[in-house]
Amino acid sequence: MALKFGRSVYQYARFAKVNSFAKSLPCSGASIHSTVMGDEKPVETAIRTKLTEALKPQHLDVINESYMHNVPKGTESHFKVVIVSTAFENVKRLQKHQLVHKALEEELESSIHALSIVAKTPKEWETSQDVGQSPPCRGGAGL
Amino acid sequence: MSFITRQIFRSHGTSFCRLAFARMLSQEGTVNIDAMVKDAGKPIFVFMKGTPEAPRCGFSNAVCQILRFHGVDNFGTFDVLSDDDVRQGVKDHTNWPTIPQVFFNGEFIGGCDIMLDMHKNGELIDELQKLGIRSVLLDAEDGDKKS
Repeated sequence: MALKFGRSVYQYARFAKVNSFAKSLPCSGASIHSTVMGDEKPVETAIRTKLTEALKPQHLDVINESYMHNVPKGTESHFKVVIVSTAFENVKRLQKHQLVHKALEEELESSIHALSIVAKTPKEWETSQDVGQSPPCRGGAGL
Repeated sequence: MSFITRQIFRSHGTSFCRLAFARMLSQEGTVNIDAMVKDAGKPIFVFMKGTPEAPRCGFSNAVCQILRFHGVDNFGTFDVLSDDDVRQGVKDHTNWPTIPQVFFNGEFIGGCDIMLDMHKNGELIDELQKLGIRSVLLDAEDGDKKS
């Protein structure tokens, strides 16, 4: 039943080859993206603070992936969160994600355009620390 | 309903009239997501940005690619960029803030992260089987064993 990940669908390089049309798509949308002053990262900081308070994580990575998209430098719009917490124990997969959504409700309403979540229990994290790789932009960052 | 929306319905063999009717049935200001998914008449339905042929978001594209990798081409889709009511309606319906959103037999399964998880741990093959769809990955595995 095991899949062969060596040649899995997530060979993103292959996506990129068939993706030339995407470059022709308009991708502005600066209006929804907050920019930051200096070294400040208000959205990233808010994500970190709120998830720490709500879910008391053993491990937390907040990765700003906005640079992978066609948005101005310094934008905080696309994030990936890797979070390990006992709060996810005996919780269904959908609900794990919803716990993260709930903690970040305000940011999801205002500044976050895309949020990728890896939510694991400490035991699951011990078994696999695979956090995958986010897919390349298809030009819709401002949509 | 925009020209683009109609084209999407046509290109996916979905009855435009029935979907339009489903929208009319909905309460004022809301969209009947259940009816949209059900009336498409397909076991798998994806609310996405763009179309499977021309996705406009990497996460939506990834979901289509995962399904195709399992040999599933014939799934229903709706481009949320064509209709703001549906875009917001599906988020409210599932209590899920992002697109894409995948439904199996009318039940919300998750977005791109969850589809990828299911693909990686083999669960997707089982879930497809429950929908009466045999993943082509099973055949590929059989072939490998024989050779």
